[in-house]
Amino acid sequence: MLKKYFSKENICWIIFAAVIFTLITFLMNVGVIGSYYQITLYNICINVILAVSLNLIIGVCGQFSLGHAGFMCIGAYSAAIVVRSMSNLLGFALGVGIGIVISTIAALIVSIPTLRLRGDYLAIATLGFSEIIRIIVLNLKITNGAAGLSGIAKLTTWPLLFVLMVASIVIVTNFSRSRQGRACISIREDEIASEAMGINTTRYKTTAFVIGAALASVAGALYACNFYVIKPDLFTFNKSIDILVMVVFGGMGSMTGSVIAAAFIGVLNMLLQNFSSIRMVIYGVVLVAIMIFRPGGLLGTKEFTFSALLHRKRKEKGRK
Amino acid sequence: MKKFPKILASSVMALSLLAGCGSEGGNAATAVELNEGDTVKVGLNYELSGATATYGLAMEKGSQLAIKQYNEREDRKYTIEVISQDCKSDSVEAQSIASRLMTEEGVAFQVGPATSPDSLATYPISTDAQVPVLSPAVTQNGGMLDANGEAYPYAWRVCFEDNAQASAMAVFAYENLGKRKAVVYSDSGNDYAKGLAESFIEKFESLGGEIVTTENYIQGDTDFNAVISSLTEEDFDVLYVPGYYGEAGLIIKQARAAGLDQPILGPDGMDSPKLAELAGASALNDVYFTTAYTTVDASDELLSFIEAYKAEYNEEPDMFSVLAYDATNLGLQALEEAGATGEKLNEAIKNIQFEGLTGSFAFDEEHSPTKPVLVVELQDGVQVNPIKIDLDAE
Repeated sequence: MLKKYFSKENICWIIFAAVIFTLITFLMNVGVIGSYYQITLYNICINVILAVSLNLIIGVCGQFSLGHAGFMCIGAYSAAIVVRSMSNLLGFALGVGIGIVISTIAALIVSIPTLRLRGDYLAIATLGFSEIIRIIVLNLKITNGAAGLSGIAKLTTWPLLFVLMVASIVIVTNFSRSRQGRACISIREDEIASEAMGINTTRYKTTAFVIGAALASVAGALYACNFYVIKPDLFTFNKSIDILVMVVFGGMGSMTGSVIAAAFIGVLNMLLQNFSSIRMVIYGVVLVAIMIFRPGGLLGTKEFTFSALLHRKRKEKGRK
Repeated sequence: MKKFPKILASSVMALSLLAGCGSEGGNAATAVELNEGDTVKVGLNYELSGATATYGLAMEKGSQLAIKQYNEREDRKYTIEVISQDCKSDSVEAQSIASRLMTEEGVAFQVGPATSPDSLATYPISTDAQVPVLSPAVTQNGGMLDANGEAYPYAWRVCFEDNAQASAMAVFAYENLGKRKAVVYSDSGNDYAKGLAESFIEKFESLGGEIVTTENYIQGDTDFNAVISSLTEEDFDVLYVPGYYGEAGLIIKQARAAGLDQPILGPDGMDSPKLAELAGASALNDVYFTTAYTTVDASDELLSFIEAYKAEYNEEPDMFSVLAYDATNLGLQALEEAGATGEKLNEAIKNIQFEGLTGSFAFDEEHSPTKPVLVVELQDGVQVNPIKIDLDAE
């Protein structure tokens, strides 16, 4: 049993994560990553969670969702409202919990009727759903309407953010490699065939959708507690598209791709800050170029894994 | 492979406990003493693209002009270098740029952003970096206060808040016009109008007036006759219409056509040339609105500003460019008085006595200016008789 936990690959991953974490923490402490770069870094990490969770729905399960901003909005507002009256880590945890519960319920309400059908109904339903969430938030008293909530305590610390990011990557990759995940992949490849094999397609599609929605709400909570201010305008259709761009850009189905794409777009955005007038043009050109030269996204469906790396090494040894 | 998340999570958590301790603090930009002739950086953080770019662009022009004029002055103490960045009408971007301006570029102070949410996002950054932020147009009620109800120490605004103009209008209706029975016909769809309506009602009733009835419309409505005809049967002597010029113009037109000849009052959202197009000049009599700026009876400074602005950009300045011009000049004046950046500059802003185009003022406890609100009357669609209502004088 223990051997299974501490397989070579797992140890490699743990060391890998620990090294990245220590390295960045070290760079922050010595001041190489100043507070300005930290904002970009935090934004990238939050985007990684969003992209990976959307990739689970789109890339792994093959269901097109345009409502990610809506779930993010639920998470952000739940956390913000709780944290404003209880600004410590307990409040944050409570806010995240409430966000997950609400977005899970909302995801179930949206997905159960629509995912029974085949086709792109989910895209339209989720598009409508995220608009409904935004309008509700716009009109509620507790969310302070169009002005949004401000003065939210900054509780998103680097260790917390990193742990949650790694946790969501692990949840998503492990899910997609589990029995349920393979069922999802079979639905993506051919829904009729997988139904014929006895897979309860609605159930697996719904599971993937709910996990994605819950993770998006966690990202929303981190967002709210990092940027002090949230308002309904932040969670429009455009935000959903931004996340979708990262998923498509990195390669649908590739978690490594989503991570790289989130980082790449974050850094690109920062570098282009100095060229404000032509920024959106350059951004567009880069995206078009990638899509022309790599239509499947940066990585396609490939993943970076230590098991493949170790496997190749072993092969080379064998040849000698 | 299946079980490794637990291990990974727990090991990372353990690491984080060890490594996370020392990462706080140390973000404050270094305050420097300045010598005459030094070059000082000033940051502009405006919405140059995106949904609210109209305000951001107008303000950026106002700020740029202020700095250009300062650099052309013979008696200037410093040379100002402008760093202008686009926050894309996005509060995260605004924050990122604020952080960049303050900690990477080392600006003495930041002017902008234009809208309340974007600006509010930059205030905590200014507290950490100890670099003042001057907000030209954050009119949101309580906008300068943090969650504990205390003003952000390094954030200042040069405009009055929404409450102030509604209260001023209530005072004007009660004292200057001598009206006692008001009807409030408000846009129920946005916070700006809702806040104005509430403050107006509160102030008008506290003065001893009576609110006969309140009615609502939604932004985008074009036919107001149902409400207006019901109003013709009410006994009232003044109508307050908080909202934007689009609907207000049509309401005024339809009210006058229905024979309602009571004075109609509005907020600065009515301050637009479009109002006259929508309502028709003949309907715009006995109409009053609050504003921060009017070109009627303009002072010499204002006239010369308008001239310089036209020469520079080939267009008329609006309220937003004037507020930005004032905010920037206030920062420059404080810089000269302090002769340093950081805490000393902030002290100088706190104690400033500033003469601007939108009035002369100092700052109060909530970091808002103590300046009178202007009420302007429209006669045949033309602005006349600006009256200053000083709320603090009471």
